[in-house]
Amino acid sequence: MEQIQLAGPQGPKPKKTTVSRLGVYVFLFSAAIFFCIPLYVMLVTSLKGMPEIRLGELFALPGDPSFAAWVKAWGEACSGVECNGIQTGFWNSVKITIPSVAISIIIGSINGYALSFWRFKGSNMLFGLLLFGAFVPFQVVIFPLIIFLREVGLYGSLTGIILIHTIFGMPIMTLLFRNYFASLPDELFKAARVDGANFWQIFFQIMMPLSIPVTVVAVILQTTGIWNDYLLGLIFAGRDNLPMTVQLNNIVATTFGVREYNVNMAATILTALVPLAIYLLSGKYFVRGIAAGAVKG
Amino acid sequence: MATSAKMSTPRRAKHVQISSLLASAPMAIVAIGVFVVCVGYSVVLSFTKSRLFPNFNWVGLDQYERLWGTSRWVVSVENLLVYGVLFIALCLISGFFMAVFLDQKVRFESGFRTLFLYPYAMSLVVTGLVWQWMMEPSLGIQNVVQRMGWESFEFAPLVSSEYAIYGVLIAAVWQSSGLVMALMLAGLRGIDGEIWKASRVDGIPTWKTYLFIVLPMMRPVMITSVVLLAVGVVRVYDLIVAQTGGGPGMSTEMPAKFVIDHITARGNVGLGMAAATMMLLPVLLVIGPWIYREYVRPTKH
Repeated sequence: MEQIQLAGPQGPKPKKTTVSRLGVYVFLFSAAIFFCIPLYVMLVTSLKGMPEIRLGELFALPGDPSFAAWVKAWGEACSGVECNGIQTGFWNSVKITIPSVAISIIIGSINGYALSFWRFKGSNMLFGLLLFGAFVPFQVVIFPLIIFLREVGLYGSLTGIILIHTIFGMPIMTLLFRNYFASLPDELFKAARVDGANFWQIFFQIMMPLSIPVTVVAVILQTTGIWNDYLLGLIFAGRDNLPMTVQLNNIVATTFGVREYNVNMAATILTALVPLAIYLLSGKYFVRGIAAGAVKG
Repeated sequence: MATSAKMSTPRRAKHVQISSLLASAPMAIVAIGVFVVCVGYSVVLSFTKSRLFPNFNWVGLDQYERLWGTSRWVVSVENLLVYGVLFIALCLISGFFMAVFLDQKVRFESGFRTLFLYPYAMSLVVTGLVWQWMMEPSLGIQNVVQRMGWESFEFAPLVSSEYAIYGVLIAAVWQSSGLVMALMLAGLRGIDGEIWKASRVDGIPTWKTYLFIVLPMMRPVMITSVVLLAVGVVRVYDLIVAQTGGGPGMSTEMPAKFVIDHITARGNVGLGMAAATMMLLPVLLVIGPWIYREYVRPTKH
């Protein structure tokens, strides 16, 4: 054995690697446990009954798993005076998210296209201003927007909240599409121009079919972002259109008397389900969306 | 050739005008209407006596004087600083470690990646509620560990005004460090393999290579991460509302919440807008020059 070790530099290496390998896996597994605990706790709590929860065994598996809390969270849980469960919020979120995502992507893609191929005087300046909007704390613009929407009669309406999400989605959507179109070869555009295609023809016939991958990223980015929004929904959506996140917080906060932790946790899971599903199904696109959100040209 | 190129530019520009301007209208309206006029309006209101409704009774810097004399605001800013510095530092450190360990050609890499990043897909309201439940003193983690025999164990930060901010911090880092991991992992994968070969030939230990060669090369990724995290810090609102509601006392109040509370429930728009302007200031000073350099200044070629 010693001879082999002396013979070449390859000798001790594997042994050393196994020790550090073990360290790597210990680190990764402990990190994985830390990240899993909340999801695990949510899940087991939502499947327990209240007597079992009162035993205080947070991590114990449910003795008699039941979906009763889920049913209650979906259809009967009370937020404020109403007791229709979180389903109202779910459908509100659907009604808010779908048009907001569609409109902000349509506008963002046209903006990005105009910015990459049809620059006009001042277009860089406009884009700079728009980009600045991606960083402005919402708090700075919310009040003037409340007043504006009140003036035009859209405050507290579905249209109003969709408009707001479109406005706040525009910087990042424009940036995303601008960067994508900028990466396409210039010749493509020039050839179409030589053939006499105009602004919209080039957009619909050449650019749109080419931008399917980036559109997928945009859809993921916007859907999770808008679904997870709390502040804008709270302020602009109005009583009848409160999104799921707001309703969830109301349900958890306004439970009088006995706090039904199982129902609260079931409602929490239900709220997280849509973005989680998007994340798990879209994989790499989600990460790409994040990288795009990182505002890096 | 040179002349034809020169000629084509103005011609193209002329053709462009109408359709392009039309298509850019929404962008122009939002850029100027929202991000200039609205911001300007907010700043102007901060110099007025506006209460529930805006008015233009000019009072100069009175609102700012009041703001900095308001203990809740001062506490909010202090909280934000403590929270922000620790949040960014912890996310960067843990994100970097997760990325480096994942980069060791480990088994189940994609499984680990999925687990580290999933919290980022969830809303901060959900994050806040889950952690609030686990930090519940009588039924949460504290109780479980105490029952296992460690009677003096304490883990209920949210009920103490001294530690509540760290309870929020744990939840925030749990939610966001996966983001840094994803960005850094992409950064690590983008580093030239030759670097590794060279350092191995020179006999430099792996950790040293990471610390002194790879880390400095990841500067752009680090800057991106810090900018992203910092934007999240200034905006922190949902998490606070869901997890602590700002309490106990004022121990987890934040500037973003201060502004919203003052323009809604408290009906003190002037003061709220002064606070909002204070929030805008650091963003403007840091992000403004960067945007100008990166995007506005015409590129030469």
